[in-house]
Amino acid sequence: MFQQTKSVQKRLRQEKLARAVFACMTLLMVVPLLLILFYLLYRAMPALSPGFLLTNPIRGMRAGGIWPALVGTIYLVLISLAVSTPIGVLAAVYLNEYARDNWFTRIINLAVVNLAGVPSIVHALFGLGAFVLFARMGRSVLAASLTLAIMTLPVIIASTKEALAAVPIPFREACWNVGATRWQTIRHVVLPNSVSGILTGVILQVSRAAGETAPIMFTGAVFYKAVREGDPFPYGLLDQCMALSMHLFTVSTQVPEVPAALPYATAVVLLVTVLVVNALSILVRGYVRSRKKW
Amino acid sequence: MISERAMETLIRLCGFSTILFIFAIFFFVFREGSGFLFTGFRPLEFFFSPQWYPTSQSNVRYGALALIAGTAGVTVMSMMFAVPFGLGAAIFLSEFCGPRVRETLKVTIELLAAIPSVVWGFIGLTIMNSLIIQIFGAPIGLTVLNGGLILALMSVPIIVSVGEDALKAVPDSYREAAMALGATRWQMVWRVLLPAARNGLLAAVLLGVGRAIGETMAVLMATGHAVRIPVSPLDPVRTLTATIAAELGEAPVHSEHYQVLFLIGILLFTITFAVNLIADLVVKGVRGQS
Repeated sequence: MFQQTKSVQKRLRQEKLARAVFACMTLLMVVPLLLILFYLLYRAMPALSPGFLLTNPIRGMRAGGIWPALVGTIYLVLISLAVSTPIGVLAAVYLNEYARDNWFTRIINLAVVNLAGVPSIVHALFGLGAFVLFARMGRSVLAASLTLAIMTLPVIIASTKEALAAVPIPFREACWNVGATRWQTIRHVVLPNSVSGILTGVILQVSRAAGETAPIMFTGAVFYKAVREGDPFPYGLLDQCMALSMHLFTVSTQVPEVPAALPYATAVVLLVTVLVVNALSILVRGYVRSRKKW
Repeated sequence: MISERAMETLIRLCGFSTILFIFAIFFFVFREGSGFLFTGFRPLEFFFSPQWYPTSQSNVRYGALALIAGTAGVTVMSMMFAVPFGLGAAIFLSEFCGPRVRETLKVTIELLAAIPSVVWGFIGLTIMNSLIIQIFGAPIGLTVLNGGLILALMSVPIIVSVGEDALKAVPDSYREAAMALGATRWQMVWRVLLPAARNGLLAAVLLGVGRAIGETMAVLMATGHAVRIPVSPLDPVRTLTATIAAELGEAPVHSEHYQVLFLIGILLFTITFAVNLIADLVVKGVRGQS
C-alpha cells in the first residue's frame, strides 16, 4: 500500500548515515581515552606499591616514592578550599538571592565566566606578582594555595548557583511569610536544601585544584624537598612544598634517566586521585537527583 | 548571632569579589610588566619579529611573532579536530541517542574534562610522541600535530557541553513542526536546529578556542621547544603560554626578560578576555536578553 519512493529511501539512508557518523564521532573521543588510561596503568604497574606512596624520592628523584608530593598536594587543595569555598558560596548566594536582573549583575556574571577563562599561566603571573612579591609571602604553600583558590572560585560559584536555583521559590516565600528575614531564610531553608549540590561543586573544585600545575610552579611548588616520612604535617604555611602535578612534570621532563615506570606511576596516582574525586561528585549528584522531594 | 545587616554586607562583598579579582589579575600582571612597557618596549619588534633571543649576551631581541604563530598554529590545528567532533558529539547526544546512552556518554566526557593538563602533557610526551614518530616517520613527535591533538581532546568537553545546551535551548515546537512536515531527523538537524542554535554553537566553539589558547602545561610538554614559525603540522613550535612557563623560572626578578614575560601574560589575558566576552555577547545578544 505505502510504497517508499526513491526520494524517501534516499532520505532514510541519509538519516542512518548521519546517525552512524555522529555516533562514531562520539565514540572516537571516548574509546581512545579508555585505551590511554589502560596503557598508562599497564606501564605504571612495575612501580606501583604502597611504599611508592609513602617514601621520599631518592637518588635525584630516579627512585623512591612520592610522599612529599602527595602531602603537598593535600595541603594546597585543603588550604585553597578553605579560602575559596566560603567566598564562592556567598558570591553564589548574592547572585541567586540578592542580585537584581540589571547590567551590574550581568557584569558580575561576565566576571565569573572570564575568571574561569583566564589562562592558568596568567593566574601564575598574578600569584607571583600579588602574593609572592607584593604581599611578601615569598614562594610558599600559602601563596600557591591562594592562587589556586582564586583560580577555582568560578567552579564553586557556578555549581552553588545551580544548586540554589534548584530550590523552589515557594520554599522561600513560606519562610518570609512567617516573618523570617532574608538571611534567616537563606541560612535555615535555602542552604540546607542545596547542601548536596554545593558539595558537588566543592568536590569538583578539589579535583581541579589537585591537577593544576602552572599556577603553583612559580608561587610555591618546588622540584624537590624531602620531608619526614609518615609525618602528616611536614610543611609550614610559609614553606615551599612539592606537589603531585609538579612532580609529574619534573620527573618526565627535567630529570634525565628516570626509570620509565616512575613517571607513569606518578601520572596514574594523580589521574586516579582526580578521577575518583570526580566520580564521587557525579555519584553525589545522582543521589541528590534521585532523592529530590519536590 | 551575626546581624542581618552585617551578613548582607558580607554577601554583597563576596558577590562583587569576582569583579575585584579580574581587576586585580590585570593590575598585578600589568604592574610587574609595566616598567619595561614604558622604557625599552618596541611594539613593532614584539609583534612582527620572529627573533626571540631574551638571554643573548650581545643583542637581546624580544620578537614574539614566532610564539604568536606557535599559539595560532596549535590552536587552529586543535580546532580542526575539536570543532567537527565536538559539535558532532553534541548533536548525537542531544538528538540521536536515548537517555541512558546520553547519561553514560556525558559522564565519560565529564571525566575527560577532569584529566589534569599535566597528565595530557605527559600523554603527549610519551604515547603521542612515539605514535607520530612511527606513523609519519618524523624525527621528533613533539610537534604542532601532537599539541593540536592533545588540545583537541582537552577542549572537546567544553564544546560538547555548551553545544548540547545550545541545541537543548531550541524549542521542541521547532522539532515537531519539522517532523510534521515529514522531515527526517537529519534534515531537521541540518535545516532547522543548526540555524536556530547557530549563536550558541558559535559560543561553544569560541569557548573551546579560549581554552586552547590559554592551555599551558600540555603544550609545554607536547609541542617541542623550537621558537620558529611553523610551516607544517610536523614542525615543533613554542607557544606564548609555554614560553612563560619555561622561562619565568630562569629570568631574574624585575629584569627586562622577566617584564617581557609579564607583557606576554597581559597579551594572553587580553586575547582570552576578548574571546570570552565575544562568546558571551554571541549567546545573550548585545542587549542581554537570555
